[in-house]
Amino acid sequence: MPTDTLPNPEKSPGRSTGELIRLEQVTKRFGDNTVLDHLDFSVDAGKHVTLIGPSGSGKTTILRLLMTLLKPDEGTITVDGRKLFPATEKERREVRKQIGMVFQQFNLFPNMSVLRNITEAPVTVLGMSKDEAVERAKGLLDMVGLADKCDARPAQLSGGQQQRVAIARALAMRPKVLLLDEVTSALDPELVAGVLDLLREIARTTDITMLCVTHEMNFARDISDQVLMFDAGRVIETGPPEKIFNEPENDRTREFLSAVL
Amino acid sequence: MEWDWSAVSDFMPHFWDGLLVTLQILVLGSLLSFVLGLVWALLMRVPSRWVTWPVGAVTEFVRNTPLLVQLFFLFYVLPEWNVTFSALTTGVVAIGLHYSTYTMQVYRAGIEAVPVGQWEAATALNLPVRRTWTAVVLPQAIRRVIPALGNYVISMLKDTPLLMAITVLEMLGEARLFSQQNFQFTEPLTVIGVAFVIVSYLASLALRALERRLAH
Repeated sequence: MPTDTLPNPEKSPGRSTGELIRLEQVTKRFGDNTVLDHLDFSVDAGKHVTLIGPSGSGKTTILRLLMTLLKPDEGTITVDGRKLFPATEKERREVRKQIGMVFQQFNLFPNMSVLRNITEAPVTVLGMSKDEAVERAKGLLDMVGLADKCDARPAQLSGGQQQRVAIARALAMRPKVLLLDEVTSALDPELVAGVLDLLREIARTTDITMLCVTHEMNFARDISDQVLMFDAGRVIETGPPEKIFNEPENDRTREFLSAVL
Repeated sequence: MEWDWSAVSDFMPHFWDGLLVTLQILVLGSLLSFVLGLVWALLMRVPSRWVTWPVGAVTEFVRNTPLLVQLFFLFYVLPEWNVTFSALTTGVVAIGLHYSTYTMQVYRAGIEAVPVGQWEAATALNLPVRRTWTAVVLPQAIRRVIPALGNYVISMLKDTPLLMAITVLEMLGEARLFSQQNFQFTEPLTVIGVAFVIVSYLASLALRALERRLAH
């Protein structure tokens, strides 16, 4: 794997350590439904955090808030010491540069080639030269095993290939934080392993902070430094994966895990 | 009733003149309606009632008044305010404006049909709003709406004879003039009838080719 395409600890000595993401008293409601209820939690730089819990418990909402696809009703969200909420749109744009997201439905741009999907944002947002962006994109495509698909359109790729392109696209922006929202849920079963292996590789070889919502418990166990168990908009249990999966303390956690494992 | 080929050949020089005018109206009117319709559709998405209310009111008004009334208005009323254009220019503006109030709805539907995930991906990549529109949303929306726009082109073709009312000599105008001067109605009207079918067929072929070119 060409490590020069990705940030890694040796090559980026100035990267922050310690707390990178902080949510304080964050509340999000949809109508009468309170999805997140005065939530507090923080994530340290370089950590891989997995959010688990029953559907509707607010896991995905957290990722969407961090990506600024939603706005919290109350509370503050801080990334790398800078406010994401409350903040002006301009400040938010700056903070958002450090965050990348991979979606359940891939959301590649169907009107662009695979290569352009990856180079578009580095060129227009980071002001990178086209040659440099193409070079970086090719390196990333090589890493995700799709070096031969540069000129293909997303529609010509399988779901697993599309998702790997989407991962490459997110990484091309060199985010400090990568948000993974049920990235294998829309894939055919035989394509899941390839995507998860790629993410394991990224988790192992880079210092990107990962927040991951997943129903793949084995994957969560493999890559996580910390697992957060959600229920009804609150974190009801947290700890390293060994503790959560092997000796959960909370009844709801036990119930949930026995249902999914 | 006898079919007279010599009447056809006598009419042909006039027919070509008329065809040229009809095509001018169609091409320029279509382009105007495509551009203006997109402008209206985008203005209707500006999050301010100070923009959407006037644009909505004007386009609603234009859509719900007859094209013939608009042609007369532009042709006879504007000169009273010392705004004069040639009959052809007035006709193109009127028909383009009229149809833009339909194409705006086509664009609106096309824009709304772009999946929300595309907007979210653009946000996640921090693309500026303008770039999101020009590189992501509009290319997908426009490709989707080309068949619907094509229907309005055909529809507009069939409305071009209305410009006869403001002295533009398009195909029907030429045919009528020829008929009245020569008392031969069958041949010129048949010729332009066939010409309308051919032009609309060619227009639909051109739009289909465009659709294929823009296919993902």
